[in-house]
Amino acid sequence: MTAFIGLIRHDLRLAARQGGDIGLVLGFFVLAVILFPFGVGPEPELLRRIAAGIIWVAALLAAVLSLDRLFAADYADGGLDLIALSPVPLELAMLAKSTAHWLTTGLPLVIVSPLLALFVDLDPAALPALMLGLLLGTPAMSLLGAIAAALSLGARRPGVLMTLLVLPLYLPTLIFGAAAVEASLSAEGARSHLLLLAALSVAALPFAPLAAAAALRQALD
Amino acid sequence: MNPFSETAELVGEKLACRRGERLVFRGLDCRLLPGGALVLTGPNGSGKSSLLRLLATLLAPAAGCLLLNGMAVMDDPAHYRAMLHYVGHLEGVKPALSPYDMLGFWAALHGERRPAIDAALAAFGIERVADWPCRWLSAGQRRRLALARLIAAPAPIWLLDEPGAALDRDGAGRLESAIAEHRAAGGSIAVATHEPIALPGATILALDAFAAPPEDALAV
Repeated sequence: MTAFIGLIRHDLRLAARQGGDIGLVLGFFVLAVILFPFGVGPEPELLRRIAAGIIWVAALLAAVLSLDRLFAADYADGGLDLIALSPVPLELAMLAKSTAHWLTTGLPLVIVSPLLALFVDLDPAALPALMLGLLLGTPAMSLLGAIAAALSLGARRPGVLMTLLVLPLYLPTLIFGAAAVEASLSAEGARSHLLLLAALSVAALPFAPLAAAAALRQALD
Repeated sequence: MNPFSETAELVGEKLACRRGERLVFRGLDCRLLPGGALVLTGPNGSGKSSLLRLLATLLAPAAGCLLLNGMAVMDDPAHYRAMLHYVGHLEGVKPALSPYDMLGFWAALHGERRPAIDAALAAFGIERVADWPCRWLSAGQRRRLALARLIAAPAPIWLLDEPGAALDRDGAGRLESAIAEHRAAGGSIAVATHEPIALPGATILALDAFAAPPEDALAV
């Protein structure tokens, strides 16, 4: 337990000292969303219809952008050896890493999302479904992202490989996340989509650290 | 006097190590007793670092097994890992954090609730820079910091890969006295080194004696 909390605190402290990392991800998120009105034209009707999709895709890409922070530095500077040598099982260490990643990426994305909803003229009635959806869906992104980040360690172009590996894994989250926003504006209600999003994260919680730890052992050998 | 929760007797039997297609060494027996020291010698590429990583469970042996007090270490790796420290070539130091933060983190990773951080900083003479970001540290200071984690969280087995690299004379002296104290307390050490370190009564293990002939390289 000491090691688990130590890992999370260490990663949070690193993120705080290198504040630029979080800023970069948020900056990318905001810019990516702002680009759409320029690309598709500023008609409010059109923007409003694709608003949920824009925000979710941008959040997803911003999360991918932050994944190399997960292990790349530890892999290069030998820190990963020390994590592997800790008495705490590597699977738990992966869970700690993913938790810290979510706190420094997923959570900030959730917090700035209402601002972005304004840019794309999302119906305020859909805001709770958007934020709740991101809150439930981003943990799956951090957990699944750890698998891709671990698998791509030691590759010549880790960033590109990681993106190719992780985007298909993010598809279900994207589908239900965007659908939840749509559904919240209809009679259907967002409940079923939000439950599915939560289910994705809950399913990733035990399985993703297992897979990430296995991939990491491969990279350490 | 034994500050460790239990004595650790580490035995490696018929160890073999394979890196890719190449068999680095095979049929290697080694023994590390409480208070003992094992010095690994051999030319570059003879497998000194590989043996240390293998002893640290960072590499799986291609053949043979590791026994801790008569039990295979892979039966309870967490227990074994809590009893060892490994200091390799890479220090794992984060440029943005301070030595104080790093030692606290390493000790926590090791499962230590009450780390002796101040004692560790003092033992290697880096108290003065304890609050600096590590990016300002020299190579020698970073090495001292990496070695300080040996003191911050006590563990009976130390595995050191070229610990003297980048250390000045004062640093090397501090390392020697830390090792002497550790052994006097019943700890053991395995070290690969090119710089001479004073290790009275150390066993020398020459790795070139276990090199596999090229024609055997694929068989264990």
